[in-house]
Amino acid sequence: MALDHQFVLSLASCQLSTLCSCVCDCQSSCVCVNSRLFIHKQVSSFYRWKNYWIRGVLSLAMIFGFFLIIYMGPITLILVVMSVQIKCFQEIITIGYRVYHSYELPWFRTLSWYFLICVNYFFYGETVADYFGALVQREEPLQFLARYHRFISFALYLAGFCMFVLSLVKKHYRLQFYMFAWTHVTLLIVVTQSHLVIQNLFEGMIWFIVPISIVICNDIMAYLFGFFFGRTPLIKLSPKKTWEGFIGGFFSTVVFGFILAYLLSQFQYFVCPVGYNSETNSFTIECEPSDIFVMQEYTLPAAIQNTLRWKTVNLYPFQIHSIFLSSFGSLIGPFGGFFASGFKRAFKIKDFANTIPGHGGIMDRFDCQYLMATFTHVYIASFIRYMVFTHMLHGCRLKWNCHYWLFL
Amino acid sequence: MEGEGDGDSKADTPDVPLSSADTDNTPQCLNKALEGLPPRWKNYWIRGVLSLAMIFGFFLIIYMGPITLILVVMSVQIKCFQEIITIGYRVYHSYELPWFRTLSWYFLICVNYFFYGETVADYFGALVQREEPLQFLARYHRFISFALYLAGFCMFVLSLVKKHYRLQFYMFAWTHVTLLIVVTQSHLVIQNLFEGMIWFIVPISIVICNDIMAYLFGFFFGRTPLIKLSPKKTWEGFIGGFFSTVVFGFILAYLLSQFQYFVCPVGYNSETNSFTIECEPSDIFVMQEYTLPAAIQNTLRWKTVNLYPFQIHSIFLSSFGSLIGPFGGFFASGFKRAFKIKDFANTIPGHGGIMDRFDCQYLMATFTHVYIASFISLYLYYIAVVNIMMSTPLHLSVSFQRI
Repeated sequence: MALDHQFVLSLASCQLSTLCSCVCDCQSSCVCVNSRLFIHKQVSSFYRWKNYWIRGVLSLAMIFGFFLIIYMGPITLILVVMSVQIKCFQEIITIGYRVYHSYELPWFRTLSWYFLICVNYFFYGETVADYFGALVQREEPLQFLARYHRFISFALYLAGFCMFVLSLVKKHYRLQFYMFAWTHVTLLIVVTQSHLVIQNLFEGMIWFIVPISIVICNDIMAYLFGFFFGRTPLIKLSPKKTWEGFIGGFFSTVVFGFILAYLLSQFQYFVCPVGYNSETNSFTIECEPSDIFVMQEYTLPAAIQNTLRWKTVNLYPFQIHSIFLSSFGSLIGPFGGFFASGFKRAFKIKDFANTIPGHGGIMDRFDCQYLMATFTHVYIASFIRYMVFTHMLHGCRLKWNCHYWLFL
Repeated sequence: MEGEGDGDSKADTPDVPLSSADTDNTPQCLNKALEGLPPRWKNYWIRGVLSLAMIFGFFLIIYMGPITLILVVMSVQIKCFQEIITIGYRVYHSYELPWFRTLSWYFLICVNYFFYGETVADYFGALVQREEPLQFLARYHRFISFALYLAGFCMFVLSLVKKHYRLQFYMFAWTHVTLLIVVTQSHLVIQNLFEGMIWFIVPISIVICNDIMAYLFGFFFGRTPLIKLSPKKTWEGFIGGFFSTVVFGFILAYLLSQFQYFVCPVGYNSETNSFTIECEPSDIFVMQEYTLPAAIQNTLRWKTVNLYPFQIHSIFLSSFGSLIGPFGGFFASGFKRAFKIKDFANTIPGHGGIMDRFDCQYLMATFTHVYIASFISLYLYYIAVVNIMMSTPLHLSVSFQRI
């Protein structure tokens, strides 16, 4: 219902206090209705600003919380990643229950959580065996668990699988299979990628901070660019996204990532792999920084030399890597968000949950992060850590083969 | 944020329309030979003849060597994938989403590329080092696989059509669960194969034997039903199958452990560019003398017995295959009842689809792989040590000497 322009002009002369009396003393219903509409418009715009304020305050609170947990160190980070994973899993499973009205299958809640614990046990057990090798070697029960880790994990998973088969009830076969598949796909998405985040973290906290900051920055920048300059819609799935926001977000994120990489590469606390000192029983983050975190001189290509009149520039190689990470996060990362939007439209839900006021559930905040975490892990494995060496050692069959590759 | 009403959830789960899976598929020659028999006997004869044909085919491909085996495993995997995806299409009437067929096959190719690339890089290290393009592919293997997968993911997101969101997400999930089950486990079968063909033959034979023995015991002695999911299975068949499979596995292990062809890991000889299966047999394939416990000594009046240690392992493999393996079959039965289909497909006359024959094999293959990794193959332990060495630069020195 649009306000009639003439009546607006006539009411514009009223001060706010007299407006109330206009309403009270009104004779003509048109004036009453229009003044109520005017108040309604004021009040609704107040509520809209209130929504923006809530979103803004919560955004700042989350960013501050992010800095806080970084300050508190790697153990806190691992615990936070685990809690985020558990909350995301619970949100997605709850949606599954509601879609399929599966409340009357009591076994299934237990089984879903059991599978979550099994898969987490498998992944974190592998991580602990890898990174805390010295600790594992010392303790006898841990040695047993590490040696037969895969068998124990498999046996635990099998027990859950057999329980599922035994729990199949005649009238609910299809529902039970759907929930089984729903649980497994959720595990595949949520647990494996949180595990990749933890592995990135162990490479060095910078590999945890920079990707997450890139995604946060891209979110905020694309939103701001879209807010001020947005005109052309980007994709039917998310009608609020615009091409202007997308491209503006891309360039600002690349610049932001470049600067952030410069700032963080100077500190050992961020750059060194997280190590475990078995004597002092604590985490140590001290090392000789790897080559990519040592300032190097790069000769600029001739074209830029003429424009800027600099011959060389001092950069950390990690800043070059950050450009690739930022590009991925801005160009491909949003597809994770579109996937989640499609999912929400498919199942006709507005948000994954209602945990964070103004933002929705935890999963709403982390949907773009997952693709970024996987990409960062693959990037490290392919370009930073030279994993092919360990792959060749997999080919150890005969003893001579092992020695050949080791002393390559 | 309310879920759908009952009507919608029923629309999500329509009945699978009856289709070609239920029509007769037997070859004409068999039909003619069995013309005179009553239908039930005809069915038994067809099942019997096809069972023997499949077992003969199994022996044939073992004779033809590891390359043939790998190709057969890959074809079985592709056929199982195709059967399960076709069921998904029929359940969700997804024929009118043409992109999705392409995307499902594309994801299958991506995941296969990832797994087989890792295997090739592992086992054919020498070959990879020689060829320049292979070196590039091996070095950036994970990145290339991830990029290929991402391309498919982005295509899926771009292909979402307004009225079909839910259907498309269901097919996406269906494809991924199928990939998880079918492709990862066929990859484990190939890894078992590379440990030595005995690790491929014995588990598969155990499952085949358990199937046949449980069926025969159930046919002759069966009385007490085992589980509501499969009303034809009986406790007598289950227990009889267990004992006969353990004995069969024990004897088969004895027979196969004597030949290098089965026992040695499949190696690749880079000079002659061929597969070699020659080695010094590992300790578990060398006959050893075991002292019998006192109780058995008194009854049998033997003090010691000569066994291959692998025969002891085969007892554990047989026990798993007979006791836990059938749960894979029950899972498949539940799946067929849930989606109201009789068989996965109609590829093998009298038996159903390829998936019907292989549903118990998958659990067995995974168990065998985990068994080898945990109890047999110490090389994985070494790999864990090397991983520690590679990942934490502080711990470089010690582990080198140990290996």
